Amino acid sequence: MTGTLAAVGAGLAVIGAGIGIGQIGGKAMEAIARQPEAVGDIRTNMLIAAALVEGAALATIVLAFFA
Amino acid sequence: MKGFVRQLLILLLSFASTFVLAQHEDDSSGHDQEPAGHVETTDHQTGEADHGAPHTAEKYNPSPLVMGHIGDAHEFHIWGSISLPLPCITYEEGQGLSFFSSSVFHHGTMASHGYVLDHGVLRKIVDFPTRDAVELEVLHSDDEGHAHYVHTEEVKDQAGKISEHKSISYQGQTYNLEAASKIFSASSWIDFSITKNVFTMFLASILLFIIFFGMKRFYANNEGKAPRGLTNFMEPFFEFMRDEVVKPSIGPKWEKYMGLIMSLFFFILICNLLGLIPFFPGSGNVMGNISVTIVLALITFIVVNFSGNKHYWQHIFWMPNVPVPIKILFIPIELAGLFIKPFTLLIRLFANITAGHTIILSLVSLIFIFGEVGQNVGGASVGAVVAFIFVAFMNLLELLVAVLQAFIFALLSALYIGAAVEEHHHEEAH
Repeated sequence: MTGTLAAVGAGLAVIGAGIGIGQIGGKAMEAIARQPEAVGDIRTNMLIAAALVEGAALATIVLAFFA
Repeated sequence: MKGFVRQLLILLLSFASTFVLAQHEDDSSGHDQEPAGHVETTDHQTGEADHGAPHTAEKYNPSPLVMGHIGDAHEFHIWGSISLPLPCITYEEGQGLSFFSSSVFHHGTMASHGYVLDHGVLRKIVDFPTRDAVELEVLHSDDEGHAHYVHTEEVKDQAGKISEHKSISYQGQTYNLEAASKIFSASSWIDFSITKNVFTMFLASILLFIIFFGMKRFYANNEGKAPRGLTNFMEPFFEFMRDEVVKPSIGPKWEKYMGLIMSLFFFILICNLLGLIPFFPGSGNVMGNISVTIVLALITFIVVNFSGNKHYWQHIFWMPNVPVPIKILFIPIELAGLFIKPFTLLIRLFANITAGHTIILSLVSLIFIFGEVGQNVGGASVGAVVAFIFVAFMNLLELLVAVLQAFIFALLSALYIGAAVEEHHHEEAH
């Protein structure tokens, strides 16, 4: 990482991922509270969705590293 | 009682991380007589101090320490000046393959076979006159009596990119050093060495063989009986992966891909766990090496695309049940998606593991930042206490991440394969 601008880009990407994963986690909690018997399915799908959000954020961070 | 023992073990492990890593750095801060060739010295910082402000203004720079520990190496540093030499295998055009041990370099003080060991990493000396083992000339000694054999210079090219130029001195002549071929930079030699990461991968494979062949023997000898010991410990993991990941994600053809997904999961898991052990057999940062994750993602990519049926390819090149302009619009998007999927797979694993290790090492560096490189013992103690608490929690988080990332990699691989082999019934589905 060379310039400060790349660091700013990486920081922005983290904000996006933070909001995204926070939403996923919160909604999963609500869903589990509503239907505790479906906890296994909800957890798996929560992880998949979180991984996809994280993937987008990490791609940005890598681009920030190379830029 | 059992819970207490477990908590104690976790605390001990965290303490070991703080202490062992701090010990590594302590060696390089110059309290032993060993030449500095093999340890993570703070070259740049001392170099600046030479022609900059006097000694007292020296600032500790944790970056070389962190980079040295998350990187690969051609010798396995165990403790103090003890390290395990690893076999070096190099290929050069004209020379062919050469085999030698990294002990020929005597921790970087000697050149041999036309190569030199710089901070544990093998580099070729360009146009070196001899392939024999020769003593290198000491370029400069720093205030703490460390001898430096490799000169590092940061060069900015016209595009503003900073690259490192390394050189050594022998019989009054200066020779440039050349790193091995990497993904983005080809060079005149190829490195096939059994490095620290390769060693850790071999170790992980041997461990997996022992665990799973032991389980296999147990099941063969005790048919119909409840599992015991290690088999009992491993069975829930295996059954969870089979029933919750492989079967629902892949669908009716799951049995064919079971071996692949399980191998991916357990290999990544055991490499991650070995990477969390801060001392000798562990500490190799395997999944934090992008080449390893690239190969794993490439395996998934190949399996997905070779097992893709005609529905899978139809969805990429001619999406059914949408108007023709949209069909054309979808082709580049789907084609890009083909490569983005394995790309995010490899980046996710690499970035998560690297980030975790970097955080732990940065926290350990707090000791030296607060301690002002051994000048302030009180500060160092405060740093040690703070680092210990934070490293303890980071290690717990890392334990979670180690399992989670192995699980996510296996799960997403299974989902991608499932999407490729799925039998569609368009009339009903859309």
